[in-house]
Amino acid sequence: MMTQQHVVVAGAGMVAHRFVEALRSRDDAGRFRVTVIGDEPRPPYDRVALTTYFTGRDPEDLHLGGAGLWQDPQVTLRKGTAVTAIDRSGRRVRTDRGDDVGYDHLILATGSYAARPPVDGSDLRGCFVYRTIDDVADLRGYVETLRVGHDDRPLRGVVVGGGLLGLEAAGALQALGVESTVVEFAPRLMPLQVDDGGGAVLRRLIEQLGVTVRTATATAKVLGARRGRVDGMRFADGSSLPADVVVFATGVRPRDELARDAGLSIGERGGVVVDSSCLTDDPAISAVGEVACVDGRVWGLIAPGNAMAEVAVDRLLGGAATFPGADSSTKLKLLGVDVASFGDAFGATPGSLEVSFADAVAGVYKKLVLSDDARTLLGGILVGDASSYAALRPMVGQALGTDPSAWLVPATDGPPGGGELPDGATVCSCNNVTAGDIRDAVTAQGCCSVADVKSCTRAGTSCGSCVPLVKRLTDTALEEAGVAVGKGMCEHFELTRAELFNAVQVTGLRTFSEIIARHGRGRGCEICKPVIASVLASLGTGHILDDDRGTLQDTNDHMLANLQKDGTYSIVPRIPGGEVTPDGLIEIGRIAKEFDLYTKITGGQRIDMFGARVEQLPTIWRRLVEAGFECGHAYGKSLRTVKSCVGDSWCRYGVQDSVAMAIRLELRYRGLRAPHKLKLGVSGCARECAEARSKDAGVIATDKGWNLYVGGNGGFSPRHATLLAEDLDDEGLVRAIDRFFIYYIRTADRLQRTAAWLEELPGGIEHLRDVVLHDGLGVATDLDAAMEGHVASYRDEWSEVLHDPVKLARFTSFVNAADVPDPDLRYETERGQRRPVLTPRSSPPVRSSDTSPGPRFISGDRIEVRR
Amino acid sequence: MNWTTVCELAAVPRDGAVAVLVDGAQVAVVRLADDSLFAISHRDPVSGANVMARGIVGSVTVDGVEVPTISSPMFKQVYDLRSGRCLTDRRAVLATWEVRLHGGDVQIGPALAVTVRAAPADDPIDAEVTT
Ligand code: SRM
Ligand SMILES: Cc1cc2nc3c(=O)[nH]c(=O)nc-3n(C[C@H](O)[C@H](O)[C@H](O)COP(=O)(O)OP(=O)(O)OC[C@H]3O[C@@H](n4cnc5c(N)ncnc54)[C@H](O)[C@@H]3O)c2cc1C
Ligand code: SF4
Ligand code: FES
Repeated sequence: MMTQQHVVVAGAGMVAHRFVEALRSRDDAGRFRVTVIGDEPRPPYDRVALTTYFTGRDPEDLHLGGAGLWQDPQVTLRKGTAVTAIDRSGRRVRTDRGDDVGYDHLILATGSYAARPPVDGSDLRGCFVYRTIDDVADLRGYVETLRVGHDDRPLRGVVVGGGLLGLEAAGALQALGVESTVVEFAPRLMPLQVDDGGGAVLRRLIEQLGVTVRTATATAKVLGARRGRVDGMRFADGSSLPADVVVFATGVRPRDELARDAGLSIGERGGVVVDSSCLTDDPAISAVGEVACVDGRVWGLIAPGNAMAEVAVDRLLGGAATFPGADSSTKLKLLGVDVASFGDAFGATPGSLEVSFADAVAGVYKKLVLSDDARTLLGGILVGDASSYAALRPMVGQALGTDPSAWLVPATDGPPGGGELPDGATVCSCNNVTAGDIRDAVTAQGCCSVADVKSCTRAGTSCGSCVPLVKRLTDTALEEAGVAVGKGMCEHFELTRAELFNAVQVTGLRTFSEIIARHGRGRGCEICKPVIASVLASLGTGHILDDDRGTLQDTNDHMLANLQKDGTYSIVPRIPGGEVTPDGLIEIGRIAKEFDLYTKITGGQRIDMFGARVEQLPTIWRRLVEAGFECGHAYGKSLRTVKSCVGDSWCRYGVQDSVAMAIRLELRYRGLRAPHKLKLGVSGCARECAEARSKDAGVIATDKGWNLYVGGNGGFSPRHATLLAEDLDDEGLVRAIDRFFIYYIRTADRLQRTAAWLEELPGGIEHLRDVVLHDGLGVATDLDAAMEGHVASYRDEWSEVLHDPVKLARFTSFVNAADVPDPDLRYETERGQRRPVLTPRSSPPVRSSDTSPGPRFISGDRIEVRR
Repeated sequence: MNWTTVCELAAVPRDGAVAVLVDGAQVAVVRLADDSLFAISHRDPVSGANVMARGIVGSVTVDGVEVPTISSPMFKQVYDLRSGRCLTDRRAVLATWEVRLHGGDVQIGPALAVTVRAAPADDPIDAEVTT
């Protein structure tokens, strides 16, 4: 009988995660169980995305592996536990909790330390490094406490190190509202990735963002004030700078101490020496990730680490994989600035040629390094606009095929497509996926969408920079396989919703027949008709039942109420911000009682009344309108509710009047039609009782104003909203939401909520912030005008129906028997109210002997199908 | 033959439908943009609720032919208006009636009895229509 072997992984970081995931997906026979021991108090997380911690993401959003992996019975994860020693002869590791864990094979995946340079004062309070969630949480906490005493002036921060990490840290300080200076020892920023030309453009771009840059500057000393706190920096040239907080981003050092103590070979500049199969001198111990030293080199990037994890797994399973080597190609977005560097970026190859393009005004620098015959691409540097990275990077070592300058000047038709990439070209460097792998996923493994390809090949699932190329390759492969990848909505329109919105806005067409004649074909269907109805409604072109629009409306809009399972409707009057007077409640109660409607409090802080028949809807609404209520649009792809908490008028913690703001917002956006429903929440303080971060727009009071979060969602795929802006005043808040909503309405896909829209928005939250707060697209006036137009033209949808005999006519049960209720409705009583009695969905067929009127089905109107 | 006048043509919106009661049966009268008429069961066979007249009228191309359709407002199955056959859920079918325009009036005629043979999942559904 085969006995199961025990693999112990020391370190629970990104590469440990990849190792466990790969092992579990490949070890079909269950030969190994694995224990991962990590000293951080949490499961492995996406360190590469660490900086998003400052843009409102929850630390949990960064976790890797999902619950599934860590609940696998073959996997044990021991968080908050450090490995303190290795007993190689006994094959055991010791932990700081005092226990011994035996192993058959040990994987060292302990990563790196963030180095603190040995300058005086680098251990004062207020000095930080930038490596773990705890580091960034401490940094944030320190800044927030410090701010309490410093209302008079902005806080000042210094980041030591102008590389990748330093610029990320400067971005984090900015997000915290700290004025920052980046100090770099080399004569340019990012000396390892960009050359002098790129460095100059990068510096300008970074300075435009309000970050001060000092290059060729060496730090001499951190200055301390009372109580051991940082208050400044002194440089080698004798100059100094005041500082409230200092972040060191001066590089990393492998955490190889366990291996050192155990007598394993250590590289000249640190790191556990391994061969190309990732084994150390001890055949029972491997090392992977940043702690490993392969061919005399330590790799500080995730892609080589992942490749090592795959090699280690393959070897355990008896394979012969070797570490293929790596390159330091990177594409980054630092403070919203694109920087990419790939291949032989510095032209180290003898005889190589460089072609470059620099536009200091636009802030773009691009350089390609070519072989001596100017044909083969060797590498390049892109600053300010790295959109061609995804296409260029895989071409390293290949003939460019076109005039190289075509890749450098700002794109007109876009770079040559992904169709021509050779199969061997690496498309996703994080996960080592080639163009051929992607084509194979479509042709041999039946993937039908980018999502399928991503989950099947893992391409695009780490840094995401290759996703555009993955999409292009997938689409091309699908087209070649004869699968239509139409982006159109349905067979009647080849346009997407956003394109259609634009077309209708520009042409001014206002009826479905005109629109389909001009932009589509055929007579329409249940997909495109509601879309056009929604577009027309978003453009403020009148009542949704005007002209031929009544027949376009989807189920609920069709009767301005929500359809229930028995064909009756529910009614939801608007209760702005959830605030209602006792008199209002009594009126609702009275009406519900009179019409015998089932009543319930909704999840949206209002009251739903169920069981109204079509022909009763106008009568009930007349009563509600008389009692001062208006339409709540529970049926529309439009503003639903603005959930509030009680806020500072009663709550002892409240810092703003959240109810007043919720009511203001609800009255402003009521009736606003959108690609999908819109929900808001307003909380009076950070305790967040209104659950605002689960809404499309969530507003949370601060002592200075309001923080605005966008793109939250409950539903099937919950998502917490992302921070868009902080400490807005009332007017700034309203303006920001105005622009966000209109921009979403104009550009989203059909039935795409803001959460999904934001996830797919090119440039993401930074782009949105740019559009909404800085008018980056120059459309702000237009967006503002659109919202003002909506507010000015709002009218209560149900009151208008009550005054229009033509619209009222549709609210009849039968045109030839207008006051006969649907004779099939049946109810029973449950907990004191009525509920429908209905034949279940899998009802047995109606027999020929059935006495119900109408045609006889021999086998019923539901045909039982043999499966 | 027995024809019942149910309403004026003008009472039915173009590319829309209304519900009528004929001898106790709930029928949805559908009018296309070219004024052609169809009469189908108002009862949605999937949910059992009487709602079909509130569905969206449209078309779908099947083997190159433009088929007039109505979709259920409840769970969105799409039906061929001519035969009552469901195009998206092979197990469902709508009853149909004869319908005609008489002067300006819509008249409903006899129900068309439908014989439907249960079919295995990948056989086409066989519906024979007899008057
Ligand atoms: C009545 C209510 C449940 C209740 O008794 O509390 C309800 C009822 C329905 N919800 Fe809901 N939702 C209700 C609150 C919610 C909430 C909670 C909230 O708003 O705080 C959520 C999750 C939050 C969110 O939307 O992100 C919610 C997520 C959904 C979803 C999933 C949306 C998604 O993005 O995944 C659907 C399906 C859809 O819209 O496509 C849905 C769809 C529906 C529909 C409209 C289905 C339909 O088409 O008929 C239900 C019938 C409404 C009716 O009146 O007959 N309902 N629904 C709540 C009405 C709130 C209101 O006052 O308007
Ligand atoms: C802010 C930031 C941005 C980055 N951006 C990029 C990027 O854009 N592209 C890129 O390729 N790379 C980037 N990196 C680098 C990338 O995150 C690392 O290369 C990667 O995380 C290395 O993985 P690892 O598993 O080897 O080490 P780690 O992820 O550091 O994991 C090692 C883990 O082991 C734990 N550990 C150490 N010793 C012990 C012990 N004795 N006992 C128990 N546990 C121990 C550590 O606490 C840690 O949790 C970035 C890094 C940072 C900090
Ligand atoms: S969010 Fe704050 S203000 Fe609002 S009810 Fe909760 S604790 Fe009170
Ligand atoms: S290159 Fe990073 S996910 Fe593909």
